[in-house]
Amino acid sequence: MLPDANLIYGDSPKCELDACLQHIFATYGNNKTNLLQILNEVQACAGHISTDAAAYIAARLDIPLARVKSVASFYSFLHLQPQGEYRVLFSDNITDRMLGSQDLMQRMCQQLWLQPGKVSEDGLLSINTTSCTGMCDQGPALLVNGKVITRLTLQRVQEIGQLIRNRTPLAAWPAEFFHVDDNVYRAGLVLGNTLTYGEVLRNSLQPGGVPIIDSIKQSGLRGRGGAGYPTGLKWEACRNAPGAEHYVVCNADEGEPGTFKDRVLLTRQADLVFEGMTLCALAVGARQGFLYLRGEYQYLFESLRAVLQCRRNANLLGRDILGQIGFDFDIEIHLGAGAYICGEESALIESLEGKRGVPRNRPPFPVTEGYLQQPTAVDNVETFCQAALALQMGAEKYRAIGTAKSSGSKLISVSGDCPRPGIYEYPFGVSVGEVLRDCGAVNTRAVQISGPSGVCIGESEFGRKLGFEDLPTAGAFMVFDDSRDMFEVARNFVHFFAHESCGFCTPCRVGTSMLKQTMDKIAAGHGTRYDLNEIEHLDQVLQSSSHCGLGRTACNPVLHTLKHFRPAYENKLKSLDFEPAFDLDGALARARQMTGRDDAGAHLKGDE
Amino acid sequence: MSDTFQLDGKEVAFESGQTVMQAALTAGHYIPHLCYHPEFKPHGSCKLCTVEVGGRTVASCTLPAEANLNVESNTGELNALRRTLIQMLFAEGNHFCPSCEKSGNCMLQALGYDLEVHTAGFRHMYPDRPLDASHPDILLDFNRCILCELCVRASAEVDGKNVFALAGRGSGKHLIVNAESGLLKDTNIALTDKAMQVCPVGVILPKRVGFTVPIGERRYDQRPISAQALDDAPRPPSGARHE
Repeated sequence: MLPDANLIYGDSPKCELDACLQHIFATYGNNKTNLLQILNEVQACAGHISTDAAAYIAARLDIPLARVKSVASFYSFLHLQPQGEYRVLFSDNITDRMLGSQDLMQRMCQQLWLQPGKVSEDGLLSINTTSCTGMCDQGPALLVNGKVITRLTLQRVQEIGQLIRNRTPLAAWPAEFFHVDDNVYRAGLVLGNTLTYGEVLRNSLQPGGVPIIDSIKQSGLRGRGGAGYPTGLKWEACRNAPGAEHYVVCNADEGEPGTFKDRVLLTRQADLVFEGMTLCALAVGARQGFLYLRGEYQYLFESLRAVLQCRRNANLLGRDILGQIGFDFDIEIHLGAGAYICGEESALIESLEGKRGVPRNRPPFPVTEGYLQQPTAVDNVETFCQAALALQMGAEKYRAIGTAKSSGSKLISVSGDCPRPGIYEYPFGVSVGEVLRDCGAVNTRAVQISGPSGVCIGESEFGRKLGFEDLPTAGAFMVFDDSRDMFEVARNFVHFFAHESCGFCTPCRVGTSMLKQTMDKIAAGHGTRYDLNEIEHLDQVLQSSSHCGLGRTACNPVLHTLKHFRPAYENKLKSLDFEPAFDLDGALARARQMTGRDDAGAHLKGDE
Repeated sequence: MSDTFQLDGKEVAFESGQTVMQAALTAGHYIPHLCYHPEFKPHGSCKLCTVEVGGRTVASCTLPAEANLNVESNTGELNALRRTLIQMLFAEGNHFCPSCEKSGNCMLQALGYDLEVHTAGFRHMYPDRPLDASHPDILLDFNRCILCELCVRASAEVDGKNVFALAGRGSGKHLIVNAESGLLKDTNIALTDKAMQVCPVGVILPKRVGFTVPIGERRYDQRPISAQALDDAPRPPSGARHE
């Protein structure tokens, strides 16, 4: 990363951008796979990617200009048009909203005389929303020029407004704004480990030890990203796949709203993550690894890089690791740029290759044709931690933790209506009710397990257990008490999916937008039974024909809340069977805005 | 002896490496499709060719053919799904057939007729997609783009020019051209390019020839698309195969 790149802005002299580009290419070379990394740097340096900059990048990488624009326009944090010197993005997860983020954003817009989504006329700033920033335990949160600010209050928002007005450089903003707490309330196997780094690796290199893959297979370890694929089988398939190179990729694109465990693992246990990756490399025969870090966690980049350097210095990375001749492995960090879909492993690989994050057709799977079409093992941050610990403890001991089909522990990211939101590590098999008790939640109406793409459960199901047998989870655990309107929760998630659809396939690209329209229609008081049927119809289409999991699960929040909290929907319906989607009075909104009128005469009669 | 799979109860022979769609078309069986083109590697974005295999629904153009697969395509349920997908594509863009010069040669329109899409089904989105009429010989009408990427693929793989690309994400996804000005006139496209020939709808149009063939006498005015798609499929020339 460039030192304090945020201090240089879009309207800076061209020579500054030139210097910046020189520096970037000195770092990344003319390698096409670095396109996204290069674009990230230009964005940070210049505030947007101008046509000149894009053309220069295209020429240097020997790719069409259209491809540079195509890639840049895929990612939310990259801009081809100026977005202001200060780009403010309010995190828009339901947990942020429950803490008042919408009101705070409106107050900031009023203070700075600005409409959301627009750039101020003096080019000073823009204010908009972004998908969950992974700060649900200390929200509401926002990003300003990519830097995260937590625990927003009205006072803090007004201070930020003042700093922007005064054009105070970000580096001079109060440090406590940017403070991120770990909020670990319950540590276990992973968060309480007392390993010396390099220990597991050293043991694995001893002659006569149990081979890594066998041991992982026997431990019963399954992926912690949600799908729960057996890790040992994945590594074995990767090792056995023919290829000139093998790769190890750590998926740190933690984008599922309500999930923030990887944030804490990368803060506290970075060494353990890298140790797990190195063990995987040893097992599958990889020489290169990547950590794909979501753009929202950019603030962790430098510390992670420092950990990698320490490991290189200790010969835990690099050539002939720990003296083992021929065991060469190193890890590069790639930054995402605001695209939830890149959490899908094949989309992540596309993004690593410097492309649009569009999920690939499968088969072939990444274990046979992944990064640059070579065998690639992609695993979640937590999975690598668990793998290292399973190897250290031995398969039998590890298997004894958790349940029969879900061995080991799981980090749960608790947020929402409870006094102690944060990270809780439990052995698999813990009940929802137990987690609720530990975090102090009372009057709980519902819990959203594993984020919007997971399941929403009501009180009658709080006895269910977290684990692959019952409730598989990537870690999100959002609590809603009886003051919450579950329809609004589902509507927030539907907006999220529409915003994050990659747009590749018809059903998801169009269907998620249609679903959003229908939910908004109901919210506006124009919904009828017809619309509920329409939702079920869209669900069938999305589930049966979407290209990837995003589309296939996009209806889940609606279906689950409809199942448990149908009155929340029905209360909003008109009694009619059908009401046109076209809102006649709504169509006059622009005319009202232009004439500055909002009196009764400016509305159609008879519209409630 | 080559392997076979079942398609709607009929035996279909395939060669290794073929997908279900490729094998089906080669053998003379039609599966509705839009983004699939026999001369290009299938990529499976329109999802119109979705079929059911062992209880799973999957795009047939990218599904590798395997011996003894039991594929269902021509079912009421799947055709209803296809109808909805066509409605979605119509609602997403600005498709006004009566004034479109591609009418009668348009695959989207032809599929709409063939699959009996009688209603709009969805609220139309009316996106704002300005035309690009900058090129002296070629018009781009983005209103009709269904994002099938065929022009992108043709320009890159056949013409070696990369004139087209897709930009944006989700419902904001759109077609762009490879020029600093963003205008077609500043690209190296030529009327003879493959990219000029593959658009299934009316986005990429040569100027001044729009109505040379009158409406009513065009390709899909003659026979429905299901009866014609097989004409485009690669087939072994008759008698060329020696047993």
